[in-house]
This record gives sequence, structure tokens and C-alpha cells, in this order.
Amino acid sequence: MEYLRELLTQQVAGYDQLPEVLQIFLPMLLACLLCLGLVAFIPLVAIWGERKVSAHMQDRLGPMRVGGWHGWAQTIADGVKLLLKEDIVPAQADRLLFKLAPLVVFAGGFAAFVVLPFGESFIVSDLNIGVLYIAAISSLGVVGIIMAGWASNNKYALFGGMRAAAQIVSYEIPTVLAILTVVIPVGSLSMQEIVRAQSGGVFNWFIFQPVTFLAFWVVYLGTLAEVNRTPFDIPEAESELVAGYHTEYSGMRFAFFFLAEYANMFLVSALATTLFLGGWHGPGFLPGPAWFILKATALVFVQMWLRWTLPRLRVDQLMHVSWKVLLPISFLLVLAAGTLALWREGSP
Amino acid sequence: MQVEAYAGEEMVLNMGPQHPSTHGVLRLELETDGEIVRNVIPHIGYLHRCFEKHAENIDYPGVIPFCDRMDYIASMNNSLGYALAVEKLMGLEVNERVKTLRVLMAELNRIASHLLSIGTYAMDIGSFTPFLHCFREREKVLDLFEWLCGARLLYNYNWVGGVSHDIPEGFEAKTREFMTQFEPVIAEMDKLLSYNKIFLERTADVGIISEEQALSHNVTGPNLRGSGIAWDLRKEEPYCGYETYEFEVPVGLGEHGPLGSCWDRYYVRIREMEQSLGLIRQALDRLPEGDVHEHIPRRVRPAKSEVYDRTETPRGELGYYLVSDGGLIPFRVKVKSPCFTVLSLLPAIAKGGMVADIIAIIGSIDIVMGEIDR
Repeated sequence: MEYLRELLTQQVAGYDQLPEVLQIFLPMLLACLLCLGLVAFIPLVAIWGERKVSAHMQDRLGPMRVGGWHGWAQTIADGVKLLLKEDIVPAQADRLLFKLAPLVVFAGGFAAFVVLPFGESFIVSDLNIGVLYIAAISSLGVVGIIMAGWASNNKYALFGGMRAAAQIVSYEIPTVLAILTVVIPVGSLSMQEIVRAQSGGVFNWFIFQPVTFLAFWVVYLGTLAEVNRTPFDIPEAESELVAGYHTEYSGMRFAFFFLAEYANMFLVSALATTLFLGGWHGPGFLPGPAWFILKATALVFVQMWLRWTLPRLRVDQLMHVSWKVLLPISFLLVLAAGTLALWREGSP
Repeated sequence: MQVEAYAGEEMVLNMGPQHPSTHGVLRLELETDGEIVRNVIPHIGYLHRCFEKHAENIDYPGVIPFCDRMDYIASMNNSLGYALAVEKLMGLEVNERVKTLRVLMAELNRIASHLLSIGTYAMDIGSFTPFLHCFREREKVLDLFEWLCGARLLYNYNWVGGVSHDIPEGFEAKTREFMTQFEPVIAEMDKLLSYNKIFLERTADVGIISEEQALSHNVTGPNLRGSGIAWDLRKEEPYCGYETYEFEVPVGLGEHGPLGSCWDRYYVRIREMEQSLGLIRQALDRLPEGDVHEHIPRRVRPAKSEVYDRTETPRGELGYYLVSDGGLIPFRVKVKSPCFTVLSLLPAIAKGGMVADIIAIIGSIDIVMGEIDR
């Protein structure tokens, strides 16, 4: 944001004559708008991408007509359709919570974008507790999901909401523990610091380091579960719960859930990129942000790939994976990372 | 009066008749304790179309299209059973070509039906891609049928005393072509779905039908064979000359968990498709010359008598009980449905499972509501 302010001061004549409040506020607003644009734009591409990926995996073509080239405008058309749909609130629903829920879910995903380090200076705010912030704010979504499940006054939605709550809370723990294995050697919670610690060639990325290599898989699995993707998509398992927590939602409210889901997919991929894949580092022929987005997109693709290949776990199996497999592993990893850090400190 | 122990608060969940995976319009009343299902009560009848009453008001050949509409996934097999029953009632003997064509079509339809069953089962378990792969293959069988008789789903193909159309020129080659490209698909399904770890976890220890239960509830077809009992009417009471074909009856082996699990039933279907391919190949090889309309009677008017005849459809043992009063219209047509008997077992095997298991079990017993409700 400091960068943005400098840029404005240099480029816009008379910017430094503005009142101090405006000088600070305007870059904030701009950054917010950029983030919002990103959060709106990424799902547009991701949804189209997912439909294409799934189609080609299933021997179909997917959207081919809207917009000409390979149906690129399909999601936009769908979005417009959703905007124009009638807004239905079930008669027995808790109206306030029902209307609030999609916003909460969306806000959680949106707010987390603030600390994503797209490039060396492309970050809205390099919080000194960035990692903690992301872990905390992205869990806001689960509150919204429970709200949606409860307020819909629908048993399937309630099932979905409860499943989501149990699942996200369970997977948060091993994920955050596994993230610690990165924080320990870096010694900072700031996203930029973590990226900088991985500078100097591919082999300095944490995915190629002894302990963090395993941590990457734990984080990837855990975040996969947190964004309700197959094989952990039980909160919205369509063959069991019709549509889970958003069964009763239609029109733009449904679109908000959908946007949040895809924004979250990108978010967790970006998080994994930052922590393990060297963030914006990469060979010089592409700028940093391009590398960052490329890496995150690759991880998003893997998520889609998994979704269209694997069946879904059952609730108890899902809990088993979290509490009996991932949790012990991540504890061991933290222990190993700590030992390694101490050992390195001891033998300079 | 004894008060039952308080078991905790239970929620009644109505699953269906409009639900993505109750395979049509089955309605289940679930008593759930969290994710655990304490009781299941199936409600049927949402697709009742008065088949038996219709049959009492229309001449014998006219019943055939209604038979098609019972188990619409396997129309060829349904009308075959009826045609055989009427022929038995009349003492009619059809020529070899008709018999061979009937076997050919029944087995092609068996493949199409099992493909649908396997595909939707994959979707029930949460895997969407195998579903579309199965439908792609099924489509090719339907194309063959369309070429044969003009219809893709409800064929009205097996007539009393013959079949509606002889195969068109080039049909044999096309069928062989389909078989050569379809055979690897079965292996592909094994890789993509059957031995998938998650799929095994979801199905291999779920919905166990013991041998005893299967026999006491008159479970038939792949569901019975999934419990390890090698009973196939094509072997036990051959019709259409099945005794002259070489094929095996695949049974569940309980390789991954207890015998009679959802996975066993699923896997029996995969293996049955292979056997059907063998049967089709043999039928094509031998296809004798003849006129398919040779024995079609001008007027179907059986003498006063009654008959029960059963055949092996993809879903099990389909029986027709026909009573003739000597007129042009059947006095009574009663159907013994394989899906109905297996559905009666659902509460027994689903109790105590989880909500997701209910879906896995319904998918694995492969019911078609059209046949249950008629």
C-alpha cells in the first residue's frame, strides 16, 4: 500500500497537496477495489476453467458457444442470469441470518486476499502476522456456512452446515500445525518474509526442504478439505444432501457462495504457493506476479483434477483422516522442524 | 407399560421422492441420530402406472409396450420375459434365428443396463467422471438399438412368436466394432473406480447382505450373486437356447471385506458385462438364417390356462404369471419384480449405517422404480 501511495504521489499531480486523511485513504480504497476485482475475476476464470477441465476429462467439450472462443463468456452469462433470478427466501427461514450468510462467507474469502504477496511490492498489506491472519480470517467462512445451514430451515442444509463446521474445524488444526514448520525456520509470520526466505533458486523453496516437503502435503490436503473440495466435499455432497448448506439459496445469494468457493480455491493455492513454492520467485523471464499466479493456478488445476477423478469420503472416514492421520503427522513435523532449527542454531 | 430407553433426539429426514440419488421416485423416511441412521422406511408407489390393470384391458401383443415401460433401463429383457410367457401359454415354438436375436439383444441391453447402474453408482459415491464414461458407452448400444428398431429406450422389439425387425445389413459388423472398443473400457473402469481406495472404503464394508438374508428375502440377480450364490436363470432354467452358450456366472468373492457388500454387488455387474460380451460374440457367430416373422400368430388367443415364466433380467429374476380365459385379452398378468424383493431388504441392511451409506446401498442394489411400482 505504501508503494501505491508513492506511485500516486509521483504520478498524480498535486496528490501531496490533498489532506493527509485522503492521502492515506485513497490508496486503501484503490487496493480494496483491486482485491474485489480479483475476487470477482478469479472465480469467473476458475469456473470456466473447471468446466473445461471436467469436460475434457469426461470426453466432452464443455461450454463452446457463449462469447465465441471456447465459450469463454459462459460464466459471465451465467452470472448475469443469476443476477436476474428471483430472490427467494424460504417462508420459515431466519431472514436476517439467511441474508447475512452469503455475505459472511464471501467476506471471509475476500479479506484474506489482503495479505497475499503477488509480487515483491504487489501486496496490499504485509502484516507482520500475515499467516496467522489468513488462517483466522479464512475460517470466518465456516461461520457463514453454519448460518446458512441453520437459517435455511431445511434439514439437508442443516446437515451440510454441521458437516462443514466439523470438517473445517478438524482440518484447521493439522493445517496450521503444518504451516508452523515453515514459520519456525523463517522466524516470521509475515508473508513477504516467508517468500524472501525462499529466494535464491528453486531448491530453496520449502517444498524441496526435508521437513517442509511433507508439510506441504499436509497443508494441501487440509486446505482441500477446508474449501470443501472432493474427496472432502461432504458438506455439499449432492448425492446425499442435494446441495448441502446452499440447498435453499438461489440467484445472487447462491452466486456469492459459488464465488466464495472458487475464490477460496485460489486463496488456499496461493497460500501453499507462498509457503512452499517460493511465492513470486522464479526465473527472470517472467515477472514475479506472473510466477505467483502461475504456480497458484497449477495448484488449482490439481484441485480440479482430483475433483473429477476421486469419489467422496464418508463423514467418519473424513474425521479419521484428519484426527488419526494428519494430526499426528503434523505434530511430528513441528517437532522435527523445531529440532532442526535448534540444531542449526547450535552449529553455525 | 414399559417405557423404551431414551435414545436421544432423532430427526426424521424425508429423502425423496425428489432426491438426486434415490434412483427415481423412491421416498425414504430416515430416522437419523446425527449422521447415524436409526431406521429406514421405504415408501413406494410414486411411479405407479397400473400396469396390471392395463394388461387386463388390452390384447396380448398390446401388453408388450407396457412391459417395456416397467424397467425402462432394460426394456429388451422385460418384453422378452413376457413374450416367452405368452409363447409358453400358447405352446408356440420360435425358430432359431429369433432365439439367437433375442439372446443378442438381451445381452446388449444387459450391458447398457449395467453401464447405467455402474455409472450412477459412481456418481452416488461422489465420482462424476466414470458416470459420463459409462454413458458414452451406453450411448453406443442405444445407437445400435435405434438402428435396429427405431427406438432408443422402449423398443417393443420382442413380439409374441418373433421379433419386430430383423437386423439391418452391417449391424453385425457394427456390433463387433462396438465390442472391440468396449472391452478395454471395462479394464479402464477397474482402474478408475473399482480398485480406487476411497471407493473401496466407501463400499467394501457397507450394506452386507448375508447369504441367509438374500435367500429369505428372495433377492435375485447380481444382488444375489454378490452374496456368493451362483444362481442364474440362464443356467438353471435356460430359455432361448442359453444352454447352448458358454458363459460363466460371476459371483461375489468378498475380496475386499465381508462377502455380500456393496462392492461385491457392484463388481459382479462389471464381470457380467464381460460375460455378456462373450454371449454376444457367440450369438453373432452362430446367427442362423430364418424369417423373424415366421411364427408370429395372426391372432394371439391362448386356450384357457395359466402359466408362470421367469427370466433373468439385469436386475434379477423377473416372473410373469399369466392367466388366460380363452379370450383375446389376458385375464390376469401378474409380475414378480426383482427390484421389489430386494428393496424389502433395505431397512434390514441399512439400519445403523450413516446417511452416506444409505446412498451407497440404494445404488448397489440397483433398483428401478418403474419396475417396483409398475
